[in-house]
Amino acid sequence: MDVVVCVKQIPDPADPGELNPDTKTLKRDTKLILDESDSYGVEMALQLVDAAGSGEVRLVSMTPGGETGGLRTALAMGAESAILVSDEALAGSDALSTAKVLSAAIKRSNPDLILTATESSDGYTGTVPEQIAELLGLPSVTFGKEVSVDGDLATVKRQTESGYDMVECPLPAVISVTAGVVEPRYPSFKGIMAAKNKPVEELDLAALDIDPVTVGWAGARQEITEIVDAPAREAGEVVVDEGEAHERIMAFLDDLKVL
Amino acid sequence: MGFSKIWVHGEASDGAVASITLELLAKARELADTVEVVVAGDADSVAAELGDHGASVVYSIGPLDGGLAGPRIASAIAEACSQGSGPDVMLCGTTYDGRDVAGRLSAKLDTPVITNVIDLKQDGDRLLGHEPVFGGTKDVFTGTTSEGLDIFVVRPKSFVAESAGGDSASVSVLQVGDLGGTGTAVVKDQFVEESTGPRLDEANIVVSGGRGLGEADKYEMIEKLAGLVKGAPGASRAIVDAGWVPYSYQVGQTGKVVKPTVYLACGISGATQHLVGMKGSANIIAINKDEEAPIFGIADLGIVGDVHKVLPKLIEALEAQ
Repeated sequence: MDVVVCVKQIPDPADPGELNPDTKTLKRDTKLILDESDSYGVEMALQLVDAAGSGEVRLVSMTPGGETGGLRTALAMGAESAILVSDEALAGSDALSTAKVLSAAIKRSNPDLILTATESSDGYTGTVPEQIAELLGLPSVTFGKEVSVDGDLATVKRQTESGYDMVECPLPAVISVTAGVVEPRYPSFKGIMAAKNKPVEELDLAALDIDPVTVGWAGARQEITEIVDAPAREAGEVVVDEGEAHERIMAFLDDLKVL
Repeated sequence: MGFSKIWVHGEASDGAVASITLELLAKARELADTVEVVVAGDADSVAAELGDHGASVVYSIGPLDGGLAGPRIASAIAEACSQGSGPDVMLCGTTYDGRDVAGRLSAKLDTPVITNVIDLKQDGDRLLGHEPVFGGTKDVFTGTTSEGLDIFVVRPKSFVAESAGGDSASVSVLQVGDLGGTGTAVVKDQFVEESTGPRLDEANIVVSGGRGLGEADKYEMIEKLAGLVKGAPGASRAIVDAGWVPYSYQVGQTGKVVKPTVYLACGISGATQHLVGMKGSANIIAINKDEEAPIFGIADLGIVGDVHKVLPKLIEALEAQ
């Protein structure tokens, strides 16, 4: 069973950057890392392929600037290869443009299963998995908490408002997995060394037959009309616990009459 | 041009309309003359409540028969749009099914979708989505420049659900188009995870735990505390990622947005992604060892202390009441 995992390389969340005042989009001049949300999909894919006994895990990603740092992390975890769509015209892409590019890249790979995170940690639109599925004409199950595959049928525990649904889905399909579903492995030293030599096929938009005006700034067909400072919340009283802080909390709750 | 008709993706379970749907209706009827709802499943049982909240028509796509709502509702709306009877604006909630509908519909109609919206405002003949960015320190307003349907995905608790005293909505049928291979996933079984307290996004008090608890077992303190104050337990992303508690507990940008009367953050440093999900709380209490923790910047009462010392005493005090 061949699995494609869609992964995003993002600025380190510990250093989230800022908006470019001219273009009103994220400045991306920092080093990119693998979105932690995607490490669950990579781990899940490795486990599913392992359980199936054959097949491989491939990565699909896009970036305007050719960065591969985040991809190398996923390759070091055990993915076999990656397709990186890299093209300056991708700058400013929205969720739908992203889905168009990723699905074009996925088509080249013709996998049995496509795994994604539920949303990226920097853009967090949470619509890309469904957009990819629709563009590829595939069924999908989003918010998977547990995934198993038997032959060409996936069984997914899907998160719901009140619990979960057991969903069966024929492959090929798109499945998005929530954080924490599996424990992502740490790349071993051997894995890190091996990842340096694993194939990363870099494609531009022309190679995928994508018209640049359908992606990036032009393709997004959205404009930010205004950026304003959000109303700030003031810090209140700060108490250093000397063993009696719980009494202060009790008094606070009593004053609010919520007990 | 302009928008006169808004459709809302309606969600309901067991004949009760979800709060998010009523919230969206409250805003929609402020913005447009015609407000209608599209639901999966039994439309008759929710027509009265939806009408009371301002919907004139409920479109039913028929029974799901185990199929997932996303591709079916998106297909039905796309069909209506192609026949010229669709809406100008589509509102979905930031929910499991709401995002499925918005994503599918966006790809079907090749139209952008504006997500993480916390407010909507009129800008000439279009709507702008108001979205917080950078952990809620900045607000941006986004509109589309495309023709045709505009899709917004709105976070729960952005608007206040309120009855408009309207008559029951009329029920009409919306045809689902050819789903091709997109509709083949089937729900085999549904499980309700029993929780004794209120729902996380509806609780009056939320008690959340984070990495500062040190280990998964210590989350018991959070659940016990939440039980004692008749609140709901929540969690930071860090401990959800670590597998201590399920994703459904997560409060934050990538989890639930909560606005309780009291939010008690225990061992949570206050990463921006968490603050987005709880800074709308009426009162915030934070307990953290690190006096530099960002959570103290927005807490009404900050306790610089060890959760392992403060929480057992707080639990004891509450039990004594």
